[in-house]
Amino acid sequence: MQVEETKEFKPTIVAFCCNWCSYAGADLSGTNRLNYPANVKIIRVPCSCRVNPMFILRAFQRGADGVILCGCHPGDCHYTTGNYYARRRMTLLFSMLDFLGIEKERTRVEWVSAAEGAKFAATMNDFVATITKLGENRRLEDIRCKKQ
Amino acid sequence: MQRIGVFVCWCGSNIAATVDVQQVADELAKEPGVVYSTNYQYMCSQSGQQMIQEAIKEHHLTGIVICSCSPRMHEATFRKTAAAAGLNSYMVEIANIREQCSWIHKNKEEATEKAIILGRAAIAKVHLNAPLTAGESPVVKRALVIGGGIAGIQTALDIADAGFEVDIVEKKPTIGGKMAQIDKTFPTLDCAACILTPKMVDVAQNEKIHIYSYSEVESVKGFVGNFTATIKKKARYVKEDVCTGCGLCTEKCPMKKVPNEFNQMLDNRTAIYIPFAQAVPKVATIDPNACMMLKNGKCGVCSKVCTAGAIDYTQKDEYIEQQYGAIVVATGFNTIKLDNFDEFAYSQSPDVVTSLEFERLMNAAGPTGGTLLRPSDHTHPHTLVFVQCVGSRDISGCGKPYCSKICCMYTAKHAMLCREKYPDTEVYVFYIDVRTPGKNFDEFYRRAVEEYGVHYIKGMVGKVAPKDGKLMVQASDLLANDQLLIEADMVVLATAIEPDESARSIATMLTASMDTNDFFTEAHPKLRPVESPTAGIFLSGVCQGPKDIPETVSQASAAAAKVIGLLVKDKLTCNPCVAESNELMCNGCSACEKVCPYGAITYSDKEFRTPYRTTIMRRVASVNPAVCQGCGACTVACPSGAMDLKGFSTRQIMAEVDAICK
Repeated sequence: MQVEETKEFKPTIVAFCCNWCSYAGADLSGTNRLNYPANVKIIRVPCSCRVNPMFILRAFQRGADGVILCGCHPGDCHYTTGNYYARRRMTLLFSMLDFLGIEKERTRVEWVSAAEGAKFAATMNDFVATITKLGENRRLEDIRCKKQ
Repeated sequence: MQRIGVFVCWCGSNIAATVDVQQVADELAKEPGVVYSTNYQYMCSQSGQQMIQEAIKEHHLTGIVICSCSPRMHEATFRKTAAAAGLNSYMVEIANIREQCSWIHKNKEEATEKAIILGRAAIAKVHLNAPLTAGESPVVKRALVIGGGIAGIQTALDIADAGFEVDIVEKKPTIGGKMAQIDKTFPTLDCAACILTPKMVDVAQNEKIHIYSYSEVESVKGFVGNFTATIKKKARYVKEDVCTGCGLCTEKCPMKKVPNEFNQMLDNRTAIYIPFAQAVPKVATIDPNACMMLKNGKCGVCSKVCTAGAIDYTQKDEYIEQQYGAIVVATGFNTIKLDNFDEFAYSQSPDVVTSLEFERLMNAAGPTGGTLLRPSDHTHPHTLVFVQCVGSRDISGCGKPYCSKICCMYTAKHAMLCREKYPDTEVYVFYIDVRTPGKNFDEFYRRAVEEYGVHYIKGMVGKVAPKDGKLMVQASDLLANDQLLIEADMVVLATAIEPDESARSIATMLTASMDTNDFFTEAHPKLRPVESPTAGIFLSGVCQGPKDIPETVSQASAAAAKVIGLLVKDKLTCNPCVAESNELMCNGCSACEKVCPYGAITYSDKEFRTPYRTTIMRRVASVNPAVCQGCGACTVACPSGAMDLKGFSTRQIMAEVDAICK
């Protein structure tokens, strides 16, 4: 046991997971006891296309260090085309966030099917490692609420 | 303000071993709105459910949070529990602290902390939950079966037996599928035609079953209980109801050099043809790519000889629209193309054949009348080499990564039949592993080795080289650690099977999901093996994964049972978690309509009052809750924020984000 471990930076990571694929993939990685860090907190959405860019902005505003969106593989969307919309929306949003100073490594879209428990765990391990390396995120601020 | 109850499950030691359930319950009790918090060993057990119901009544709870296993496991259970206690079943939220917490984390402190945060997020969400009522939609009492092989036949017969109308759509001119091509079936060696053709006749005679042969499903719209399919009946240039199937036209047709698909291109058929003697429906079909009359208007022999007057060269493709309550996919399989396997010289020598071709060569109704002859010179082969796993279990990317499952058994069958019919032949089988799980399967394989003296050699064939009319087979014997060179007369390749090429377009049409190998995915790999995750779509046969005939038939009957279970219902409850448009905020821009994959959004002009005591007409969106499947694409597309998804509203997800990032 290392003593420094307690001082270690523990990032807050929000994962939006599609109910039909990656949420089930996450369950599968649980069933197979494939570990990934406890920093990852999953929010279940019916489809990756339900994720409003606003949710991601809100997460960064409230102190998230990284946000990952997991959906069905292209062509496999339960609702036929939802993941394509998600992909386009996130491409735009992530490039804007990058422009604002939130590194593009802090945001990610990943396709994980219901059968890919191992991929889910590997993805999360990798993502947490990347964010931990990047360190604490600068916080977006909602200046509308700020007292002058 | 909601009155929320929190129930933390131990799941025996599954959760309690890594999560301090007492601490979770105590911490969550401090959350705003939580009036009751407890923990129990098995929340899903009868006593656990009773505890929840009592708490709902005693504390007048308006919402409950269960910290337990995945909602995919027990959400439905706890919704029923809540409903039984008088609470709306959509006032239940589950915090997944087993699959996504206790099972993946080892550190108890971290896992407990995470469980508390997940609990908080669920509490934050349930604060914003609203009672939802599931609507109802009627069920059309008719089923569609796509594919008329043994899987489709069995499914259709079973559904029809229960008294429901069934339509079989088969793209070939006859039903029967691959099984009709097979000679004998393992492990009993009864002839495939003898057990299949009576079933085909049953289908034809059953008044509840309608066969659309030489037809394809063009499009499918709608949802469970209420699909609308358009079926394209391809022009066969023969009036189906007039043709008697006498076969005179096929004798007289001058175009005799058309490769015969039914015999795996090993012989020829005429341009007007009946695939095989027992075809159902027994109706001739004109191949438009071969018929002289259709290509350049010169011939017309068939119409002259047809006494029934069934030939109609002007026939056009016909489109039929039909409504269905359930759809069964039974699209079956094909053998893979061998372009990537040059080492076996399949394209260089006609004496290198696939197992399905070999099946036709052994078949009494096949091109050689059941006598095994080499395709090249029609002589009797004396040395045969069977190569297993050609393209199966291949991780190099040339073939398929999965086991095709049926090859070990049919190769044993082929080898055995060869030795039985022609005791003067030497038969070698090269294998990686012999896999014979199944009733009487291993006994069958052992008989091939022990009684019939088939040489089984563990090892793969490296190269097949045609030389002076023979095939030089280079192979390794792994157990003897030896290199072999066999002078063979014929080589039979146990070619991998893959889903039919139509499967992917059908899956897209049905919004059913597929795996990376294009096999249809089942709703649950163990507990719901014949249903697709898309409601109302069922899977039968090899379209779901490699299977032999007994397995296919049992799956086909299982799919039929599921379809019958659906069709006996008069009404179905719909998912109430659907999109909803706030007409006051909607500006009628059509952004939502464009992204909706189901066409659930329509626009109408509505009258609204203005602050100036006048009224104006505005174009606003409205969602058809029976058609909406609740994906939420429209909610994000809406620029004015008028669209929201019940059960996963913007505010609810935001509240979860806030609780997690706190």
